[in-house]
Amino acid sequence: MFETVLVANRAEIAVRVIRTCQRLGLKAVAVYSEADAGARHVRAADDAVLLGPAPAQQSYLDVDRVLEAAKVSGAQAVHPGYGFLAENADFARRVTEAGLTWIGPPADAIETMGDKVAARNAMAAVGVPVAPGSTEPVTDVGDAVRAAAGIGYPLMVKAAAGGGGIGMSAVDGEAELRAAFETARTRAERFFGSPAILLERYLTPARHVEVQVLGLADGRVVALGERDCSVQRRHQKVAEETPSPGVSPQLRERMLAAAVQAAYAVGYRGAGTVECLVPTTGDPTPPEQFYFLEMNTRLQVEHPVTELVTGIDLVEQQLRVAAGKPPTFDPDHPPAVRGHAVELRVYAEDPKRFLPGPGRITAWREPSGDGIRVDSGYAAGDLVTPYYDPLMAKLCAWGPDRDAALDRLRTAVAGFVVEGPKCNLPFFVELLGNEEFVSGRYDTGLVSRMRS
Amino acid sequence: MAEEIRAEMVANVWKVVVSAGDRVEDGDTLVILESMKMEIPVVSEASGKVLEVAVNEGDVVQEGDLIATVE
Repeated sequence: MFETVLVANRAEIAVRVIRTCQRLGLKAVAVYSEADAGARHVRAADDAVLLGPAPAQQSYLDVDRVLEAAKVSGAQAVHPGYGFLAENADFARRVTEAGLTWIGPPADAIETMGDKVAARNAMAAVGVPVAPGSTEPVTDVGDAVRAAAGIGYPLMVKAAAGGGGIGMSAVDGEAELRAAFETARTRAERFFGSPAILLERYLTPARHVEVQVLGLADGRVVALGERDCSVQRRHQKVAEETPSPGVSPQLRERMLAAAVQAAYAVGYRGAGTVECLVPTTGDPTPPEQFYFLEMNTRLQVEHPVTELVTGIDLVEQQLRVAAGKPPTFDPDHPPAVRGHAVELRVYAEDPKRFLPGPGRITAWREPSGDGIRVDSGYAAGDLVTPYYDPLMAKLCAWGPDRDAALDRLRTAVAGFVVEGPKCNLPFFVELLGNEEFVSGRYDTGLVSRMRS
Repeated sequence: MAEEIRAEMVANVWKVVVSAGDRVEDGDTLVILESMKMEIPVVSEASGKVLEVAVNEGDVVQEGDLIATVE
């Protein structure tokens, strides 16, 4: 097995990967931009290499500089975290060509799943349900209007090469589509380097439920339960939980089987997530249908809730798969889900309008207690800059059941002190007191209803 | 009366949409800021003539910094 791992990321996820590397006796090398000199992930690592100036294009997204950092630090393997270069197939190839171990799925799998149109087509071909949508990328507004007539409104306009909710918008009819298309195309080009657009039937109301999969070194794929990610603002997740309170055992079984099939279809290895929409009816009958949305070919932000209910370390499994080793559990009997876990994303943003508010952290105190886990990328004195995403920390709670987990979270939120930047912790006080959320019968419209 | 439009947060100036001398309506976008992977349009709070645009593309603005003045 490799002995030194370059962690090609920053903030909480870099800290989290470094922690597992060190627990396993591996040396962890951090990378950083000028804006992140002395950042928490740099302090946590055994060694650190400066990449370049603050803008991500000149540092964390610069393939040549990251590869050079691996070379000068003597790393034999690269862990990309999530975001930045994690789903960049060319980077994955370059890492391998440089004689290093890529801690992630095969480049071809990244490529297929990274193109949302190709991914939907590949899933439909193996019988995984997809919502009505375009089977070819759309770049022209006239083509979009024609395709939309066949798919039906309301529609979701998405960047085919996109992710993270950026450049996504819902439209109710042709006029709105014409207005939204140009913006979506410009954003797609700017953020993802391709103007191609995917049109997809917008299923609403719905829950956003995803399945954690792990492709093993021997080619087998195991599913490690689901996560409900329906608490969203601007199509981006703010809280996640497992098990999903809206998924019946029968639906779960079918979703997990479909996720395994999806991963097999692209020869998947390592940790990945199959995201689905589960339309809800509002009546107490549990939903029965689900539709494939996309597959994230990397470790997911919200992976800790899965770790809390299964007791396994997903980063450790990633390292073992990359090294050609079996997982730490018996693949024929994956760990059973025990209890309930919830994650809250602590963002540097105001709790009312969710607008970013970077700044110097003047006070920072993380809560602790039974079942509480905090994954954090910052501490007192650190500067939260406008250059990167607003995630400062993830606050998770495990409990023997959902009520117990929510109770522990209420105490932990009250005990989490963040001063300096804007912070969305007060939003979580509201969320944990919201009847709809507490009942478990919520959908992706929850946060906008809380703000209307 | 001149209306001063100021930055609500620390951000990078991504796009300057108007120039000094342009006529704008209340609600028109003057400048687009970018902070933490989000685009934040800065809109005029008055109808009138742009007297001054105080920022350039690529600048970093602090909370409270002057963005533009509209008369």
